[in-house]
Amino acid sequence: MKAFWTIVRRDLTGYFLSPVFYALGTVFLLLTGLLFFSNLLVYTEISFSIMQNPYFSQMLNLSADFIRPLAAQFAVIFLFIIPALTMRSFAEERRSGTLELMLTYPVSDTQVILAKFCSSFLTMCLILTMTLVYPVLLFTWGTPEIAPIASAYVGLMCMAAQFIAIGIFASSVTDNQIVSALVAFGLNLVFWMIGWASPSSHGTIHDLMRFLSIIEHYEPMIKGILKITDLLYFLSVSCFFLFLTGQVLESKKWRG
Amino acid sequence: MIQVEDLTKRYGVTTAVRNLSFHVKRGEILGFLGPNGAGKTTCIRILTGYVTPSSGSVRVAGVDIRTDPLKARRRIGYLPESVPVYPEMTVREYLRFVADMKAIDRTERTRHINQITGQCGLMDVSGKLCGHLSKGYRQRLGLAQALIGDPDVLILDEPTSGLDPRQIIEIRGLIRSLGGDRTVILSSHILPEVSQLCHRVIILNKGQLIAVDTPDNLDKSITGQNIIILQVSGSASIDDLMIALTDLPGTTQQPQIVERKNHMVTVRLWSDVAVDSRPEIARRVVTGGWNLHGLMVETQSLEEIFIKLVTEETEVA
Repeated sequence: MKAFWTIVRRDLTGYFLSPVFYALGTVFLLLTGLLFFSNLLVYTEISFSIMQNPYFSQMLNLSADFIRPLAAQFAVIFLFIIPALTMRSFAEERRSGTLELMLTYPVSDTQVILAKFCSSFLTMCLILTMTLVYPVLLFTWGTPEIAPIASAYVGLMCMAAQFIAIGIFASSVTDNQIVSALVAFGLNLVFWMIGWASPSSHGTIHDLMRFLSIIEHYEPMIKGILKITDLLYFLSVSCFFLFLTGQVLESKKWRG
Repeated sequence: MIQVEDLTKRYGVTTAVRNLSFHVKRGEILGFLGPNGAGKTTCIRILTGYVTPSSGSVRVAGVDIRTDPLKARRRIGYLPESVPVYPEMTVREYLRFVADMKAIDRTERTRHINQITGQCGLMDVSGKLCGHLSKGYRQRLGLAQALIGDPDVLILDEPTSGLDPRQIIEIRGLIRSLGGDRTVILSSHILPEVSQLCHRVIILNKGQLIAVDTPDNLDKSITGQNIIILQVSGSASIDDLMIALTDLPGTTQQPQIVERKNHMVTVRLWSDVAVDSRPEIARRVVTGGWNLHGLMVETQSLEEIFIKLVTEETEVA
């Protein structure tokens, strides 16, 4: 366990001492801020225009018409932000040779992989924490429901976990950071888009596409519905990619 | 301390290491010698567990590196050829990181790191960033991280490559001082280095073991003779001297004049390793009326032996 925390601490320091973290944090906050601002503008405009009509104003809902689309848009930023965060994890260490040393210390591969995952996840959580300023603003000037916001954050964390696991896998495959980021981005998109065709398909393929689709499992969460099956989906896909990472490390020992 | 049995590593169709077996005793310094691409690094990576062999076994202190890798790795300190460090860490932070990775007790840690920093001469740079270190200090840092945890076995891949001559001497001295109770395996393609540092040498070529022996024995077993260099000056005829030097006991070839410069003559003689004919040579030179300036046995460099072995091997193949 000691080695695990040592790697987590080292990777976190690595993140915080490199410009990558600050660039990513800035880009993420800038984009989310922009989204928050534009969504808020649209929402206020709509609410002004339907204020006259008491029937329509019943239908306008902060959770459904503001938080939900906003959370969905945040997730889109994750698609390309997270590959940029995880592309270093194994690729950089393999290129500089530090991975060779790390894997000859008395530490299991599993510990190394989990530590890499954990440090990226904590970094992402930290960036996500900074977005808490938006709910704070909402609570200051409005009366939003807390549950859908909390559930949307759980959803974002789940999605981050899955994308990080995919990113770490992509990073273990190659020692080129750019290739690693591209592979991760591509895999993320596969999980994002696989459900798009499901309405026009039938049978097992339909079920499979719906099961694999990340949107399918993320949608309920931003609506405020936390289901154990959705959580299990994110957990199992993340574990699957971390397992694959272990297989890649093992196979590289055979291939040298 | 280390037992290697029938080790083979294939990469696709190429065989990097072929049926390699050897043992290393505690406290021994063993050198891997071979041209680039001979399989030294592969071999070393297998010993450290970074590369899995296609077949064969490696046991470090009785522990199989494949069945119980973590236990075996605890006994090993490893310095890869590239000396990888994290550039954004200071020397002290880096050593602390390594100590934590090797699960050194926190109460012991500072004392242990201080001791190793002193031993490797890193005191002056302990606050510097690893990325800013000179090649020599970087190599010392690499050695220091290998030493953390006080491993029984040190495995060093080309520990002096890329250093300037002064640094090479320093690092060699350091390696020699680290020996003693520890088992050291190092690889090199620099021959004098191996002959100076190692108790035993393994010569590898194309992944195969060509010879294992002490540097001295390799010398003798290959050449079977010593070369003696004689320097004399004087006015007597050179031919007389050459006649006086023939039929010396133990000589195997006719003496040869190597150089004549301002009355100084250098002669090369070949003699059996079993017989030391130097006293006899000295006597004959002096009775012949020459002034004796120098008389020494030229230790044949491992280089010649090595080239000889490697080329013989290819000829046979």
